[in-house]
Order: sequence, then C-alpha cells, then structure tokens
Amino acid sequence: MAEYITHEHDVVIIGAGGAGLRAAVEASAAGARVAVITKSLLGKAHTVMAEGGVAAAMGNVDDRDSWRVHFADTMRGGQYLNNWRMAELHAKEAPDRVRELEAWGALFDRTSDGRILQRNFGGHRYPRLAHVGDRTGLEMIRTLQDHGIHLGLDVFMEYTIVKLLTHGDRIAGAFGYDRERGRFHLFRGKAVVLATGGIGRAYKITSNSWEYSGDGHALAYHAGASLVDMEFVQFHPTGMIWPPSVRGILVTEGVRGEGGVLRNRNNERFMFKDIPPLYVNQTADSEEEGWRYTQGDKNARRPPELLTRDHVARCIRTEVREGRGSPHGGVFLDIAWTKEKLPNAAEHIKKKLPSMYHQFKQLADIDITQEPMEVGPTTHYMMGGVRVNADSQMSEVPGLFAAGECAAGLHGANRLGGNSLSDLLVFGQRAGEYAAGFAKENSLGAIDTQELASAEKWALRAFEHNGSENPYGVQHKLQDTMQDLVGIVRQEQEMQQALERIRELRTASDAVGVDGNREYNSGWHTALDLYNLLTVSEIVTRAALERKESRGAHFRDDFPAKDDQAGKFNIVARKGPNGEVQLTREPIPPMREDLQRTIEEMK
Amino acid sequence: MATATFRIWRGEKGQGKFQDYTTEVSTGMVVLDAVHQIQAEHAGDLAVRWNCKAGKCGSCSAEINGMPKLMCMTRLNSLPLDQPVTVEPMKAFPHMRDLVTDVSWNYKVKQRIPKFQPRKPDAEDGTWRIAPEDVERVQEFRKCIECYLCQDVCHVLRDHQMHEQFIGPRFLVFAAALEMHPLDVGDRVEELRKQFGIGLCNITKCCTKVCPEGITITDNAIIPLKELVVDRYFDPLSKLFRVFSHTKA
Repeated sequence: MAEYITHEHDVVIIGAGGAGLRAAVEASAAGARVAVITKSLLGKAHTVMAEGGVAAAMGNVDDRDSWRVHFADTMRGGQYLNNWRMAELHAKEAPDRVRELEAWGALFDRTSDGRILQRNFGGHRYPRLAHVGDRTGLEMIRTLQDHGIHLGLDVFMEYTIVKLLTHGDRIAGAFGYDRERGRFHLFRGKAVVLATGGIGRAYKITSNSWEYSGDGHALAYHAGASLVDMEFVQFHPTGMIWPPSVRGILVTEGVRGEGGVLRNRNNERFMFKDIPPLYVNQTADSEEEGWRYTQGDKNARRPPELLTRDHVARCIRTEVREGRGSPHGGVFLDIAWTKEKLPNAAEHIKKKLPSMYHQFKQLADIDITQEPMEVGPTTHYMMGGVRVNADSQMSEVPGLFAAGECAAGLHGANRLGGNSLSDLLVFGQRAGEYAAGFAKENSLGAIDTQELASAEKWALRAFEHNGSENPYGVQHKLQDTMQDLVGIVRQEQEMQQALERIRELRTASDAVGVDGNREYNSGWHTALDLYNLLTVSEIVTRAALERKESRGAHFRDDFPAKDDQAGKFNIVARKGPNGEVQLTREPIPPMREDLQRTIEEMK
Repeated sequence: MATATFRIWRGEKGQGKFQDYTTEVSTGMVVLDAVHQIQAEHAGDLAVRWNCKAGKCGSCSAEINGMPKLMCMTRLNSLPLDQPVTVEPMKAFPHMRDLVTDVSWNYKVKQRIPKFQPRKPDAEDGTWRIAPEDVERVQEFRKCIECYLCQDVCHVLRDHQMHEQFIGPRFLVFAAALEMHPLDVGDRVEELRKQFGIGLCNITKCCTKVCPEGITITDNAIIPLKELVVDRYFDPLSKLFRVFSHTKA
C-alpha cells in the first residue's frame, strides 16, 4: 500500500511558467478550484529567461501590421507544418492578451506617444514585440504571479509529478513527490493542464535550466496522448560560448533587432551570402538598408541577421566548420559598432539590453558596448509536443490539456522569436478556460490504488541500488549523445547510433543508485528525471529519422533539400501496446480558403 | 588542472557542519559550477536550489565567504582560491537542508500587500497612455529577481528576527513599485506604517549593497516610502488639515 497525501481540485495545473500561470488565472476566474504544481519556487520558471519580447500585432509602431501579417509570418517561419487554426487564434488573440497584462500591472517600454513600444525580431515583418528592455519574460511571469496570488490558487512549490493517472480513457489526476520531505502526493483533478515547458536538458549545450526534462511530453505520452512534430528542436543561433562554464546561456535576438551584426573572423557579414528563397523579397540588399530597418525606416527591409533562427544557426555552423569561426568556435556578434552611427551608442545599448550588458560584463569580462561578443548555437526550444485541439488545447486524452512549449502545433518546423511568450498567454488562457469547463461537466475520476503503489515502488527503486550507476553520469552521457548525434545537423547513421546509446542508457538508468535520504536529494531527483529525458530523446531521434528531408529546425545532411511531399504531413508519436514508440505520418488538414488567400497576399 | 577546495555546509534543519570538497577548476567557472561538479563527483545528495544559471531567476542565493551572493554569478577568479571557499545557506530564513533554506515566508508577505489597482483606462481604445519617462522609475524596481539576498542581509530580519513586524527590503521595493506605478490608485501608506514596519529600517543600505540587480533599494524605494508615511502622519500642517476635515489618520 502506497503512503501518500491526497489533494482534490477541479483543475490541476502542472507547471508555473507563463502558460501554467495564465491557465491558472483563467480557470480560477471561471470558478474552478485550482492547484498549481511547480518543480521550483513560484516565479522562477523558465519564462524568466525570455528576453526579447512578446509578439502581438498591435500596430503601435507600424500600423501596417495586423493579425493577418502575423499569421502569415508565423506560418512561413514554421514552413507550413503549423496547425493553421492555432496560428490564426494566436495572431488574433495575442494583442488582447498583452493589453490584459498591462491591466494587471505589467509596465512595457513605451512609444513617444505613450503606447506599448514594439521592436523588430527575426521573421516578423513589422516591429511587433512588446518588451521591457531585455527582461520581458521576468515582467510577464511576475505580473501573472502577483495577479495570481490574490485569486486563491493552491500553489505547491517544489513538487514534481512522476505519473499521470487515468480512469478508463480519461484523466483522473497526477502522482508525485515534494522535494523538501520526499513524501508522495496524489492530486485528484477533474481536469489536468500540462504546462511543463521543454526538453532542453536532453542536450549538453542548452539555454534551458535543469527543469526542462520533457516532463509534460513524457507524462502525456505514457498516459496515452499523442506527440507531434518531435523532430523539430530549435537551436537558438546566439548562445554564449566562452568561458566554457557559461556555454549555452542565451544572448537575446534583441541584440540583432537593435542593430547588432554577425561577422566571421575575416570581419565579413556572412549572413548576406545565403538568403533562403522564401525570404528574398523581405531581406535587405545592403548593410546600409539593414541598418535603416533596425532604426525604424519603414521603407527598408530587414537585415539577414534577422532571418529565422533555424537558418541563422546553420549559417553560423557553416562558418565555424569551414574555418572562419571566432577563437572559441563561434562567430562574432557585434553591437558595439553602432557607435559609428549613434552619438550615445554605449548608453543606448545599456538601456535597451541591460541584462546582456550585465551578463557579458560579469561572466565573460566583455563590455558589449566596446567589443564584439562570441556566440554560437544553443539548444533553446521544443517545437514538438502534445498534440492538442487548437481551440480547447485538450489532448486526445479527455480532460488532459497542454499549453505553451509542451504543446505543439503553433510553431510547425521552426518558431519565430517572440511567438513563445504570446503562445503562453493565448493558449494558457484557452487551456484554463476549457479545463475549467471540462471540470464543470465532469466529476472526479476513480483512482487505482494498485497503480499508486507501483508508481511509488518505481520512484524509490534508486535507493535500493548500491551506487552501481551515478545518475549525473548517465544524464551527462545522454546529453553528449543528443548533442553529438541528434543535434543541429543530422544523418541516418549517427541517429541509429544514438538510438543504440539511448537503449544502453535506459538499462543504465534502471540501475542508478543514490545515497542519502528522501529529503531534498538532488541525486534522487536527477535519477527520476532520467526517465522522461530518455523517453523524449528516443522520440526526438525516431521522428528525426522518419523525416527524410530538411525543413525548418530539422536539417539532414543525407537529405539536404526540402521535399514537397514531406511538407504535407506531421509525424505523430504514440505509445504502442508493447511500450514501443509508434510513428505515423498524418496529413495536414487543408487550410481554410480565407487563410490561404492571406498567405498568398503576404508573399 | 588547478584545483580548489570548497567548504560547504552540510546538514538538516540548522544542524550540521562544514565539509571540505576539492575539485578541479577551470577558466570562467562560477561557484555554482563547482557545487554541481562536487554533486556529480563526491556528494550526489548535496541539496542546492538553482534554475537559470544566468542571474535571472534568483534561486541560487547563498553566502559565499560570508557574503550574500548568487552562486551562478560569482566567478571563482573573484575569490582567493589559496584558501577554502566557504559556501553556506542564507541565514535569515529557516534552514532546510545543506544549501537550501525555507523562503516561504516571503511568499506569505507578498500576499499581504494590497494588490495593483489601475485607474480607469483613459484612451479611446480602452487602454492607457503612459509617457516613456513615467515607466522608468518603476522599471528599476521591477527588475527584482526575488533572490531575497536583501532580506538575508537585513539586520532587522537576520539578527532581530522581526519577521512578524517587518516585511523587509524586498517587499518595500515591491510596495514602492506599486505606490509609484503610473496607473496604480491603491493606497498602502497606512499598512506600510502599521503592519509592514517601514519605521524599523534605519537605512544602513546593506540591502542595496548586495542586490545583484543593482537596484538602489534604500535611496530610490525605501526613503521615498518613508517620506510618504512622514507626510501623512507626522507633517504638522496635514495633521491640522485632517483635524478640520475629519479624515482618518
């Protein structure tokens, strides 16, 4: 018999970043009793790391912007694998979601006439990102947190869910432990919302924190939901690369939005060399035109540094591979050069990019107002995730919802910068609304106590092994495997090798042992996280093998071209009857005619 | 490869002792890297709280060689490595385990502060117009990452343990951000005086010194709030005014 503490709520939300908190606010406003479960302390989730801004076609800076342009930009960025209904809802609703934050206390940077200021970003045709310097995510999470704490939410800080519970085909709750004491908890809920973020921790070089172990992806998959687009992992082009200990820390795209340029060791603006056909009409011809664009000239086109992230990351990799990289294996990102153009450049940089200034000064002894930064690609974002209904965000498991990074559809093969924060708001709100609705119409599902007993036994097994495998060691090996073999450029043979290693690491993970007791035991937590990391790593690899073309963030050395046929389906992963990963190619439903017209008009 | 020794506090609920761990160090390392290395090599169950490792989330607060700092932003080359580097949990909060403290009191305090109350939207589109210069003052306070190092170093909390009477610098900054918010019409002055204990701060500025975000806590947040309280409660003219207009103190 398992020992655990039981909690009962209408809606149980797993994750307290932007999506989880926005869902909590909405569900609570609809009258639901809401539990928010967070692996960390409240307000520390990865949303705080988001820097550049939240994309919403408010048209405050350029009134040519509209939801239609935003929709077309998002679809183009995603190479048309996106769920077009999600892209439509997102583009239409983002402005209201941003304005709502202001009504809850967020203070965005302003235009001279007092409206919310919007900045340029990669892949967005017009200046569209509402922002607060380069700490927009912090502003967002703090606003949602400070608003949410007055709504009577039950917040469970430093709790981790290890299993979702189902009753028949529907969701019944979640089972997990608290970090402080290591006790088990049963969260019964009429509806469950996953808002757990990404999988970055499966890679060695990542901008993600330890929390991003693919929990929501793996929990949903094991509970019978489908995952889609799992081959699409975004490598952000600009992470720090030196010194080694800071490798992977994000350098916001906002640097390029404010006029920062990429150069190789020969001082060449290499991004001008390779402009993808989809973007030729929108990209500047000269350095001078690019500069004018960053300074707000409406007749100028954007510089190639602001092409989509997948493309910029690959261009950087090519420079490095062909021997034109910077001393530590990256390229130079230079914002200091703007002093040639602006009288008060140093002050301007510090005002617009304060945390970048701070980060380089403190961690790398670099003054970005005076010298270039060294940057290289870093694992940043998971486009793939739980397959959900576009309107309700419900997965294929009734009562199980997903929002934000752990859900999929909006971004297709590649996400545009700034579309993540708006994704959190738009679909967090929808998930909260529909989860509360589902909870109103359904009662609590029954719990199988046998299942809890076996989950508890499973979770505690690492204490019975006598240190045969070190959980940190297994995790590091997995990170090396994914980094080296399923990274930014992929090929069949290497990915087969990755599958082999993942199989070995799974065996190793079954044998990991931990010392000490259950109280705040990092080794134990790392051992438990391995299960989810291995699950998502395998699915990413298998989906990447299945997509035999190059598109968006997924680039195959052995299939370097885009294949029109492959542009007509998404790859969907489900857990098979014997626990194996089953992949299917599912055709993308035909786009509504008015949306098709919109895309044609914006080409 | 060079090595360094880290003298880390191990134990539970305030009981425990320092334990020395020696590990390799390399260019650019921060204290949190060393702690992670020690976890992986020598002490798998070493408890440490961390998240972003980029100075943005405020989770990895600790006392390094006696100074309250973020472990992720403290470079080893800023410390003398010829002697052991001590790493201890924050002292102003109840100890949980190893480097982790129970900071839940802070969350309860925040809930007691009257929330943001915007004035009615004044623009035709149902939103507000706010001049750029009007957001800057409050944006400084909103940079706060809630690492609670200012709380840790504040002697009212740390030495006198007046957690019941005093909300601490973090929440005075929070209150200041609300009071000075260009849209907010709420009033927290009475609470600041009576329940939040603003009078207990005697502006030694220790909080300002340790803030990793460089927020000028004392000068820009606490002193203006103290002035608000003084203006309302101790200014003879307004006292007189209140007597005649029968408003409440």
